[in-house]
Amino acid sequence: MDLSAGDTAWVLTAAALVLLMTPGVAFFYGGMVRVKSVLNMMMMSFLALGIVGILWVAFGYSIAFGDDGNGFMGGFSLAGLGQLAGKLADNGGTYPIPALAFCMFQLMFAIITVALISGAVADRMKFLAWGIFAAVWVTVVYFPVAHWVFDFGDSALGGPGAGWLANLGVLDFAGGTAVHINAGAAGLALVIVMGKRIGFGKVPMKPHSLPLVVLGASLLWFGWFGFNAGSALGANDLAAVAFTNTMVATSAGVLGWLLVEKLRDGHATSLGAASGAVAGLVAITPACAYVAPWGAIAIGAIAAVICAFAVTLKYKLGYDDSLDVVGVHMVGGIVGCLLIGFFATTGVNSLGKDGLFYGGGWGVFGTQAIGAGAVLAYSFVITIILAVILKYTVKLRVSHDDEQSGIDLAVHAESAYELGDTGGGGIFAGIGHAGRIKAEELS
Amino acid sequence: MKLITAIIKPFKLEDVKNALEGRGVHGLTVSEASGFGRQRGHTEVYRGAEYTVDLVPKVRVEIVVDDEAVDGVVEAITGAAQTGKIGDGKVWVIPVETVVRVRTGERGSAAL
Repeated sequence: MDLSAGDTAWVLTAAALVLLMTPGVAFFYGGMVRVKSVLNMMMMSFLALGIVGILWVAFGYSIAFGDDGNGFMGGFSLAGLGQLAGKLADNGGTYPIPALAFCMFQLMFAIITVALISGAVADRMKFLAWGIFAAVWVTVVYFPVAHWVFDFGDSALGGPGAGWLANLGVLDFAGGTAVHINAGAAGLALVIVMGKRIGFGKVPMKPHSLPLVVLGASLLWFGWFGFNAGSALGANDLAAVAFTNTMVATSAGVLGWLLVEKLRDGHATSLGAASGAVAGLVAITPACAYVAPWGAIAIGAIAAVICAFAVTLKYKLGYDDSLDVVGVHMVGGIVGCLLIGFFATTGVNSLGKDGLFYGGGWGVFGTQAIGAGAVLAYSFVITIILAVILKYTVKLRVSHDDEQSGIDLAVHAESAYELGDTGGGGIFAGIGHAGRIKAEELS
Repeated sequence: MKLITAIIKPFKLEDVKNALEGRGVHGLTVSEASGFGRQRGHTEVYRGAEYTVDLVPKVRVEIVVDDEAVDGVVEAITGAAQTGKIGDGKVWVIPVETVVRVRTGERGSAAL
């Protein structure tokens, strides 16, 4: 098979689009926290970019897509990636794109999954603990789960060496299970072990910059075309189907969430519009190449409505999922995965299935539920264990004082904004500890 | 000499400044403030969570004037800052012992 220039160009472009989603998450989350913890919030995403990028080369890709493994994980035969050069991508059939293009495309998924979790632990997690968590979690949870879902072995229908969920026939085109349910369940487990922010539910924790949130959601929407349409691994009809569904499900998500807000709270908010877009994107992710556009609209709208209610559960149940990783990503991912059981149609994808509305019965729904449940349970349990170990070794949280005065200054020795002359960097800049030394030298 | 402090609605600052300039006031200090009087606050909603914001943003204007100018200046401020709705603010006057111009060392009325 010859390399296809068109397919290769699209997959490389899509990989770059998916990369942009992680800074998008950084802005989306960064805008939602208070002024004192913006930088830490964004830094968690950037640390994921650093750590996961390296681990992917070292052994991550091999654990996820290595051929010498079993249904639970790939082996270590592809560690280091050097042996991929000059080969074609080979996953459930051979694609006319370089294996390294596929490898880099998949890397971006691993990075953003880790970055998504950070929204749950806003304002309070030790940076060292986050770094260790990111490295260990992506290794023991994401890499194997990506193998379960995304590794098809030798044929598009699975086979020896394929992930067990892929073999089972779970439909997850771009990562509703491996990315969103996975990240959401991990976020839930992490905050259960870690505990609430000081003042949760008592003091106002308003988003400090909604324009940043909207910017982040916009970057996510843009990058998500790479995430979903790129998962076709070629510049082809299926990519166009996924692209179309990604667009319209997100439109429906915006409207669905705003409608709930208008009816329930009296006002349609910008945070609601951004959240609805993300909920729609999350839900269409597993379904984007298996449903018709009207099905995508229904999925986006249903997910946004359910998520708009799910985000208020944390106040009732008392877990501090600070930026609603559970309410949007876990719940949205589950909704998207399960709705495939209703809306899937072989009319748009011959490799897909027919759901309940297309005469397929409840079988597809059942398989989807197994896929969603398996990833949720595995991610939740392993994350609980990992979080408990970290809690009693390096400690998960910054000190009470540092959390209250602001994690940005305590951990990173920076503040996000210099708005007035009388702030830390204005006319009083020389008064700080490091600054004083400098001022003395100058005089 | 007297210190006049006015707490006004932020969007009325321009009107108040113009009115004071018309009265020959050539120095004032403005700072952002927040607080509440009878207006109380408002509520904001973020992802379904309602927050009561009970401190409303205001602007504080401070002017030091000679005793005989006080009534006119207070009148100018209230005239310009008034909307007739709740939350228009307050003006109060307190005596000032002395004023020094930093540049020249002049004291009292000469420093105004």
